[in-house]
Amino acid sequence: MSEPSSTDTSLDTPPSEEGLLESLEHMDAAERAEHDAAVSASVAPERDFSVAKGETLLAVDGLTVRFGGLTALDDVSFDVRRGEILGLIGPNGAGKTTCFNIMTGVYRPTSGDILLEGRSLARMKRYKIIQTGVARTFQNIRLFGAMTALENVVVGTDARHRTSVPGALLRLPRHRREEREAVEKAMALLEFVGIADRAADKATALPYGYQRRLEIARALATEPKLLCLDEPAAGFSASEKDALSELILKIRDDGYTVVIVEHDMRVVLGVTDRLVVLDFGRKIADGIPDEVRRDPAVVAAYLGGDLDEESAP
Amino acid sequence: MPAPAGARRTRERVIPTSVLDLAVAHAAPLVVHAEPWINFDVGLLADRFWANTINGLAYGSVYALIALGYTLVYGVLQLINFAHSEIFVIGVFAVYLTFLGLGFEPGAIPNLPLAAIILDLILAGLVAMAVSGLAAVGLERVAYRPLRRRNAPRLAFLITAIGASFAIQQVIRIWRGSNPEGTIRLLPPSPVFTIFGAPITNLQIVIILASLAMFVVADQFVNRSRLGRGIRAVAQDPATATLMGVNRERVIMITFAVGGILAGVAALFYLMTIPQGAVYNGGFLLGIKAFTAAVLGGIGNLRGALLGGLILGVVENYGQSLFGGDWRDVVAFVLLVLILMFRPTGILGESLARSRA
Repeated sequence: MSEPSSTDTSLDTPPSEEGLLESLEHMDAAERAEHDAAVSASVAPERDFSVAKGETLLAVDGLTVRFGGLTALDDVSFDVRRGEILGLIGPNGAGKTTCFNIMTGVYRPTSGDILLEGRSLARMKRYKIIQTGVARTFQNIRLFGAMTALENVVVGTDARHRTSVPGALLRLPRHRREEREAVEKAMALLEFVGIADRAADKATALPYGYQRRLEIARALATEPKLLCLDEPAAGFSASEKDALSELILKIRDDGYTVVIVEHDMRVVLGVTDRLVVLDFGRKIADGIPDEVRRDPAVVAAYLGGDLDEESAP
Repeated sequence: MPAPAGARRTRERVIPTSVLDLAVAHAAPLVVHAEPWINFDVGLLADRFWANTINGLAYGSVYALIALGYTLVYGVLQLINFAHSEIFVIGVFAVYLTFLGLGFEPGAIPNLPLAAIILDLILAGLVAMAVSGLAAVGLERVAYRPLRRRNAPRLAFLITAIGASFAIQQVIRIWRGSNPEGTIRLLPPSPVFTIFGAPITNLQIVIILASLAMFVVADQFVNRSRLGRGIRAVAQDPATATLMGVNRERVIMITFAVGGILAGVAALFYLMTIPQGAVYNGGFLLGIKAFTAAVLGGIGNLRGALLGGLILGVVENYGQSLFGGDWRDVVAFVLLVLILMFRPTGILGESLARSRA
């Protein structure tokens, strides 16, 4: 039942992914350029450029998380500003991933709040948080393994569907249009992250680097205001890391706001506009990368080691 | 010591005679007053092969439709919804009461044009689909959702399912009594054509074709639609699915509704074949058979449920001819045990949630 039968177009199937690929191959340069423009328009639709960059998008306010006796986050406050790439760094166990888990509703804060454009995420249901505009990738890749790459991304677009359940069951025109648009958009996102050539393959069959990029595409498909990347460079070679940094900058330039947790300092210092440093659940520094790396508290937290040498965990 | 030795000798004497019996039965079916406890009637099996096959496919289609409900819920919640058989029985009563409501009397032979009868059957089917679908959603709300809210262990779900099954069964018994309802047969089976000498009735054709059509719709729904994508996403990784914006509670509700609707269709076909089947505990054996079919094909796998249902229906019919009427259910469950010995995940294996990694 999970075979991607691209030849089977019996019931109202979305356009076959392979057909799309084939048509791509047969395009000349001008057509290709036009197509690429369409792709980027589709990837970043009507992004909110009217709102001034630098205004607060996400406010983390006095966030405290305790698991039993362990305090994972202790009164942490920081802002994420619209249009920036914020790096969330710190030694292992500093509370970075916990912070992500609070932002996306996996855990609930013991106290404090987290506000996206003034709306509290602290008690919101997970799927509502996605609809409000926070999407994430995972430190350990968590794709829908039995689905194709394309389907994985389409699941992400579903968060933005407006058709009701009866509408979907009756296959009303709006539902059909949304389905078609979802596939087109998913395809565009796969091109955007550079893995469109494997769109029809099962997620588990993809190479590791593709899987990481697929997670990013899936998160972008939910049209997030804030994209949270949890160690996106883990397990990457140096050249893959450079390509990833490029992709992250491209995502930011398309109008998304990005928070990144990453151990690899080359990636962090290469892409981030601002850094927040956590240590044992407390925020110890906050500022532009050049200042933060010279901050004595930060240097101490990294056991005196230079930040540049603190690469992979 | 002497006693067991004696016992063994007695047994040794018994076994050859029964083997002899088998041999005699094999050569020519004995006409005896006392039925032998087991037959080995290859002649009857060969004679009735095609009749059994077609009849088995019709029965198997009903198993398959019910099995889909077990398999869908298992895929999403890893829960064996034992109360699903009662969702089916509720559908059977919905069909029966619709017949009554349409003015059909138990025992009477309706004298209506075929078109009117077909319309009435479709109406009863739609009522059963709606009632069973709503009952399944209601069951989920009342019995399972509160447990999920409290993160109850899986065992709590299981015992709740069994409890809900008995509770619904007993409520129906209190309401309608423990005797089967009267027979209302709208469409008497009549042979339409023969395959290799086996008469095929109009009912069998309708049931097999309509069940296959329902299966295709269900399969396309799960594999091709947005809601189905949500179901598969939750089946594969519930946590990630919710973090990608899938509303898990809604997916669970839809899954139960789809399972209930399919059980409603099965209820109509069942009552068309066995008009005296509306009884409070009518879902018990059928439910277990359907569950067996789901496990046989690979639980969590839609195509497995179809395949398992059809195989089970056909094989138990063969077994009935070969060994005698009482062996039908034994054959069904022995088949399950045998297949699970060689393929523990069922014939097609788990698929809705395969490669959970």
